[in-house]
Amino acid sequence: MAAALQMAALVSSLSNLITSGKSRPGSLIRSPAGRKGGILVVRSDGRISGGFSASPRGGNLIANAVAAKAEAPASSTPSKSGHELLLFEALREGLEEEMDRDPRVCVMGEDVGHYGGSYKVTKGLATKYGDLRVLDTPIAENSFTGMGIGAAMMGLRPVVEGMNMGFLLLAFNQISNNCGMLHYTSGGQFKIPIVIRGPGGVGRQLGAEHSQRLESYFQSIPGLQMVACSTPYNAKGLMKAAIRSENPVVLFEHVLLYNLKERIPDEEYVLCLEEAEMVRPGEHVTILTYSRMRYHVMQAAKTLVNKGYDPEVIDIRSLKPFDLYTIGNSIKKTHRVLIVEECMRTGGIGASLRSAIIDNFWDYLDAPIMCLSSQDVPTPYAGTLEDWTVVQPPQIVAAVEQLCQ
Amino acid sequence: MATFSAIKILPHYPTITARSISDNIKPSSPFLSTPSLSFPLSSSSSSSKPLRSPRPLLASSSDVLSSKKPLSSNSSPSNPVVTREESLELYEDMVLGRAFEDMCAQMYYRGKMFGFVHLYNGQEAVSTGFIKLLSTADSVVSTYRDHVHSLSKGVPAREVMAELFGKATGCCRGQGGSMHMFSAPHNVLGGFAFIGEGIPVATGAAFSAKYRHEVLKESGPDGLDVTLAFFGDGTCNNGQFFECLNMAQLWKLPIVFVVENNLWAIGMSHLRATSDPEIWKKGPPFGMPGVHVDGMDVLKVREVAKEAIARARRGEGPTLVECETYRFRGHSLADPDELRKPDEKARYAARDPITALKKYILQHNLASESELKTIEKRIDEVIEEAVEFADASPPPPRSQLLENVFADPKGFGIGPDGKYRCEDPKFTQGTAQV
Repeated sequence: MAAALQMAALVSSLSNLITSGKSRPGSLIRSPAGRKGGILVVRSDGRISGGFSASPRGGNLIANAVAAKAEAPASSTPSKSGHELLLFEALREGLEEEMDRDPRVCVMGEDVGHYGGSYKVTKGLATKYGDLRVLDTPIAENSFTGMGIGAAMMGLRPVVEGMNMGFLLLAFNQISNNCGMLHYTSGGQFKIPIVIRGPGGVGRQLGAEHSQRLESYFQSIPGLQMVACSTPYNAKGLMKAAIRSENPVVLFEHVLLYNLKERIPDEEYVLCLEEAEMVRPGEHVTILTYSRMRYHVMQAAKTLVNKGYDPEVIDIRSLKPFDLYTIGNSIKKTHRVLIVEECMRTGGIGASLRSAIIDNFWDYLDAPIMCLSSQDVPTPYAGTLEDWTVVQPPQIVAAVEQLCQ
Repeated sequence: MATFSAIKILPHYPTITARSISDNIKPSSPFLSTPSLSFPLSSSSSSSKPLRSPRPLLASSSDVLSSKKPLSSNSSPSNPVVTREESLELYEDMVLGRAFEDMCAQMYYRGKMFGFVHLYNGQEAVSTGFIKLLSTADSVVSTYRDHVHSLSKGVPAREVMAELFGKATGCCRGQGGSMHMFSAPHNVLGGFAFIGEGIPVATGAAFSAKYRHEVLKESGPDGLDVTLAFFGDGTCNNGQFFECLNMAQLWKLPIVFVVENNLWAIGMSHLRATSDPEIWKKGPPFGMPGVHVDGMDVLKVREVAKEAIARARRGEGPTLVECETYRFRGHSLADPDELRKPDEKARYAARDPITALKKYILQHNLASESELKTIEKRIDEVIEEAVEFADASPPPPRSQLLENVFADPKGFGIGPDGKYRCEDPKFTQGTAQV
């Protein structure tokens, strides 16, 4: 127990990414993989009564996460030490494992094959699987996304890459009309198990069109699931989960996060698409965030801890649908919510999240929900201006201070 | 290749059965400059541009059957181009399509179906000519004018009618409607309301056929499964059309792009919308054969279709087939159809594909008049039964609203109580919130 407490303290002061993996009490088995052959099913949880999270991920993975709650972390030892890699390599690992496992999984996109992907996510795959399974498409987003959808209807499981998420605006016709809706308009006759992924978000002075956040545009499309990865660990897990899902899933990656390094387990694991991730448990305020803003939040958290605050940080991961259980449990404890996102203020994920929280947890709130989003501004090229469009850690600190008055 | 600033088809058009087109095109638009740039008459029947891949004899196959009269052509009464069984199958299918669409119009005006309904009257030769050559494993992708494509592919008339009535027994459980006909058992992949958006889906289906053959090593005994993409003249100005022509030829996908050129996109004449109205010519620039065929003549369509489908099945890649056809009714049942001239309509009505096939059958003694009448009567009964079935079927219940939004309903997410929303027994009675 002491070791765990120490661990928890370490957790809050490190700006590294720690996820706690525990089973959810009384939950259904969510992953179809179950316990076959060394596959880990890792869930993130709300809180347990002790006020800390038991097992920081990476060091003490619980091999049998499906079992009941609160396994003492000291009792489980990792079978292997895991391996270190960068986020884009984690994505590739996940993709490769799924392609090995199921020959119907294929990749389509611009420069995914011979070039290895503009962010090297598909490097080496074309040599291994051939040019048809890792298909270099011409520059025709709408049409090759539609092609992916048609292939998915006929039984394949394509992973369509947008070289930059912003390019998928050209594919909006197919994503909205066909990807999201075909299962419904066909009366359930055709499934679209497609994964649409790509890097988005504000980078380093990439200009307005390469700095877009499409999650807000896609969120109204019925029938679509959206997830955002933020660490190598959840990137691999979400990639695998998205490929295995029968629903169309949009996986949002971030241009600036591809070179994050982390140690991930050697054992195979799949994460749950619909769950949020507890990054840092706390008592005073719930901070909901995703993707790159998670790091700005954790940086602000360092400052906040020094000032005596105890923020609870949740990476919501699932942008659609929201994991209202994890979020709700947190709100019921802290009664204060701050949403930090990179989306535009208008019509963003934060806006939907805010209204979902008000609908479900109004009685638990002691203060109005604060939402920090990017400015409703096309991302400027100049570095100074660009920094001001995005939420920065000092703003987060100030917002928490205001909330906790 | 000479460039055109005008659209003028010269009366002597040696290689293509464009006789009817030349009748229709009149340089009346102020945008057309003086015509008469001579069309480079090459001896080959495809476009004049030299191409790397060998030119197939596709275009000339419609030559073989072309003639001054719509039918009868080179076949004499003793050499019909179809067998008796085939001719009756074609006849029955076209009569089914026509009777069904006429009944749709009736039912619409009686308030049994709503929304946008686009009828296929007059174009039956294209659907029958192509789809009757397919097997069940082959796929058809269509547009909003999809009732007859579905029927030709084998979807029962009662299911299509029930879908149009919005009943739970419809082929899409009432969730699709007129413009979204889908059938997994018959590989009808839609039914799309936006023009052009079905073409990539068809390309994807063709891609999956190639993938199954090359990666999964599962092939049918006859070759690749073929996909037919049907769309109109208006779609041929859309980006998705060109993007898919490129991709299909690039990867030699087993697809046939079938253009149902009925000369009108609602009220927009094809000639006013298209810089070069000869759509078949747009195939060769992408490296695939482009063929023009008289789409009011089911036998000609069938001959061209045979070759195009066989090409695709063999893995030789796509073909672009332009069928010159005409819709006898307006664009939809809401269209007053005021812009099309009566003489144009009369000209095409005289080339009614069903009447023409009937004449052919009788001329070639393939069947007797009474046999054809029996077929018509049987079809009438099928349609009546379909309407009765649709009438008697229940509308979808409230519980159906949230089904089928997600293939895996876990996509509705986890509720505040920690359970998936879809685990709540009252879930489907509630609202779809995520």
